[in-house]
Amino acid sequence: MKARALLLAPAWAWLLLFVAAPAAILAAIALAEPDSGLPPFRLALSGAGFAPLVEDSYYLDALLVALRVAAITAGLCLALAYPMAIGIARAAPGRRVLLLAALMLPFWTGFLLRVGAWIGLLRDEGWINGLLRGAGLIEAPLAMLYTEGAMLAGMVHAYLPFAVLPLFAALLRLDPTLEEAAADLGARPATVFLTVTLPATLPAALAAFLLVFIPAAGEFVIPDLMGPPEAQMVGRVLWQEFFQNRDWPVAAALALCLLGLLILPIRLFQRLEAR
Amino acid sequence: MRRGRALRWAMGLGFAFLWAPILLLVAYAFSADRIPYQWGGFSLRWFAALAANERLVEAALLSLRIAAGAASLAVLLGGAAGWALARFGPFRGRAVFGALIGAPLVLPEVVTGLSLLLLFVALEAAIGWPAGRGATTVLLAHATLGAAFVAVVVQARLADADRTLEEAAMDLGATPWTAFRTVTLPLIAPALAAGWLLAFTLSLDDVVIASFVSGPAGTTLPIALFSMLRLGLTPEVNALGAVVVLGVGLMLGLAALLLRPRRG
Repeated sequence: MKARALLLAPAWAWLLLFVAAPAAILAAIALAEPDSGLPPFRLALSGAGFAPLVEDSYYLDALLVALRVAAITAGLCLALAYPMAIGIARAAPGRRVLLLAALMLPFWTGFLLRVGAWIGLLRDEGWINGLLRGAGLIEAPLAMLYTEGAMLAGMVHAYLPFAVLPLFAALLRLDPTLEEAAADLGARPATVFLTVTLPATLPAALAAFLLVFIPAAGEFVIPDLMGPPEAQMVGRVLWQEFFQNRDWPVAAALALCLLGLLILPIRLFQRLEAR
Repeated sequence: MRRGRALRWAMGLGFAFLWAPILLLVAYAFSADRIPYQWGGFSLRWFAALAANERLVEAALLSLRIAAGAASLAVLLGGAAGWALARFGPFRGRAVFGALIGAPLVLPEVVTGLSLLLLFVALEAAIGWPAGRGATTVLLAHATLGAAFVAVVVQARLADADRTLEEAAMDLGATPWTAFRTVTLPLIAPALAAGWLLAFTLSLDDVVIASFVSGPAGTTLPIALFSMLRLGLTPEVNALGAVVVLGVGLMLGLAALLLRPRRG
């Protein structure tokens, strides 16, 4: 049908230009040779972008640190998100709207403003240290900002709503009589959770985990603003290679490696979503 | 009810974790002290300082313009793509089309940003467009990202809806255009509105992709904030936080009031 082709043609053109072509160019530059010109590479089949990744453990470490930090972030998010999702799902409809708003409002206040708030909390002269010093509990300020703990707090704060929403949706679909029956038969709350709620919502929990894990693995801003200088997650290394060292082939090769590592989690997430 | 109490505590902990930093940020926006962590008595001076900060105000206006443009483009593009995926059946290249429209949803931001920047550099070298990078390149990047979200929302809405409605309209003699205008469009209008808002907020909040594809002429609000935060928190950032939280809270409050389930 002509009308359909007319509708599809611009969408195809857009997607080929702004999604497919950039991916192809990324791959071409990952294989190119670095050059001192502008742009700083020469097209070739050299593998020069990948060579440092194999030779220098710095890059492999950056990928592994990113996966580890993303996994911890996603695990912490899940632990905080379960009681919140259960509480919201069980609330009366009017209260539920309020709780959902209380969940989403921090999310809508802007990513960087929330990072700014954490910097205010954790700095040497920040709110927490001020409180502890005012109470006479410490003499010198605790060094909290620019630590791995600070980075994790910032990341969990940024991604927590992503973990709550899929769990909440799954809990709404869960038949409440199942949990009531277990409780009536004498199961303790922890037993009800472990034997009824958790197994029934396991696919949603996995989806929530991946929904946090995938973006967290490439995170750049929070490690940069809150993490320790030595916490070289791959997103930060990629950024530095591109903007500071102007080594485009290495940056492109790192992007492809990150994608390669995330392909399995991404496919798994898409299968869970398609159910 | 021990069960209820333990759950309430755990839920309260989660909400306290989410809210404590934000409430402090907002509260200290009203402090007179130059140091944003010290209480120096109530004052509105930092709101005045924020309004007088030309760099931040200009960046905010640019961000709003880019977000509105990107969201509108995203609705056109993502709406068409979502409709095609839900209603066109197995057209040629459907799997590739679906993968391409959905890719920005799952790609890490650094990868999307880097690859789009490389595209813009290559395009400029080849055909001279876009000349340099700035607001236009950020808008194009954000439209691509937003379209992915709009397509998902529209496709989901159409998957839930009965397709026989459109078929009935055409059986009764409506042209495809009339059937679209009178049946499909009203059906997907809420999804388009939600998608527009989603694309708008994504664009307003994005710092990573914008930093890659922007140039000196394209300093959006997140880019300006990011460079400010590198040096630490300033009272103007506190004031901006207060403005945003109170503004969003007001809108959410209104929405909740309007959507409040009626009793009886």
